[in-house]
Amino acid sequence: MPAAVAIPAVRSDFRRLIVERREEVLKAWVKEQLKEGRAESLPAAELRAQCDEFLTLIANPADSDSILDAGAEAWAPARAFLADLSRTRARQGFSPSETASFVFALKRPLFAMLRAEFADDAAQLGDEIWHATELLDQLGLLTMEEYQRGREEVIHRQQQEMLELSTPVVTLWDGVLALPMIGTLDSARTQIVMETLLQRIVETGAAIAIIDITGVPTVDTMTAQHLLKTVTATRLMGAECIISGIRPQIAQTIVHLGVDLGDVTTKATLADAFRVALSRTGRMVGPATKHGDD
Amino acid sequence: MERIPILRMGDCLLVTIQVDMHDQLAMTLQSDLSRAIAAQRTSCVLLDISQLEIVDSFIGRMMANTAATGRLLGAETVVVGMQPAVAITLVELGLSLRGIHTALDVERGMALVERAAASRA
Repeated sequence: MPAAVAIPAVRSDFRRLIVERREEVLKAWVKEQLKEGRAESLPAAELRAQCDEFLTLIANPADSDSILDAGAEAWAPARAFLADLSRTRARQGFSPSETASFVFALKRPLFAMLRAEFADDAAQLGDEIWHATELLDQLGLLTMEEYQRGREEVIHRQQQEMLELSTPVVTLWDGVLALPMIGTLDSARTQIVMETLLQRIVETGAAIAIIDITGVPTVDTMTAQHLLKTVTATRLMGAECIISGIRPQIAQTIVHLGVDLGDVTTKATLADAFRVALSRTGRMVGPATKHGDD
Repeated sequence: MERIPILRMGDCLLVTIQVDMHDQLAMTLQSDLSRAIAAQRTSCVLLDISQLEIVDSFIGRMMANTAATGRLLGAETVVVGMQPAVAITLVELGLSLRGIHTALDVERGMALVERAAASRA
């Protein structure tokens, strides 16, 4: 009868210590973190609760071969907890090192305890410290990654919001659309602006579109080229395009750059452009006449 | 061989492209159209491409050539109903079709032609 080959589970006595002397570890860990400074801004009770929960999560998985691999299935709850913690702290304005020190601060009290426990067995002490370091370092790096990811998500969301915010197409009058542009014009944004504008022209059947660049800080040759592309595409579809909101400096820049805006109608203000648009669609704005009480 | 019909409306020729354009069809249309302009001595051509969803540089150039040929024969070309995607493609290809008139739909194209005729008269 072949004996089942039992793979010896990696022993991790440091976790046994955490379970057995939990209160002691917890107190020392919280104290360690409060020393770092930033954690002071958290209510002590909240910090304590977070530490307590994390200790439970460290103590919980049963010893196995993969127990020292923080990527293993057994550590999924701990990873989720740290991910949540990092994101929250990233939002609260903690720096990356302050966030990571949550995990790293556990080392000092834990190692002190290990040294006392294995005072007479140097080999065992070395092993235990190595195991604890390996695991805690992985978990600490994980908090960094999650922190980074949290920040990136914020940036990405803001980018998206900016793109959406920056391309509103408004109807000024029957058949007259306006597109107030805000921010720097790059290729990606121009593409979105162009598509949105052309789509709205199809939907509304507007004959005139006014692109207002009052909110565009600088115009260089690329920006001018993007603008010209939009104007040309609009013209190809059978609508007219007027560019308004050209500030004096920008007009000078355009001339200095030698950009030829060709036969594109340009105006200094949106009001002027609107007046032109109205007259081209056969309307005009005049003073209201008083009718009295009749 | 399939051909795109060329209809006469008053002083105009109306060409509605409702099938996918391939190169041979475009060539045929170009020669048919120039012959029709010469034979019927019309002063304008309405090219309705509202159903056209894909263009390449060849079709784009064909449109420019058709318009140029028409002008030589005394007819102005109005391209009507171009889709946004088509317009963007043409611009990216660097074909701005200068000298071609454009309109949002056939109705406005006709209005444009009539206005041009009235100003000539």
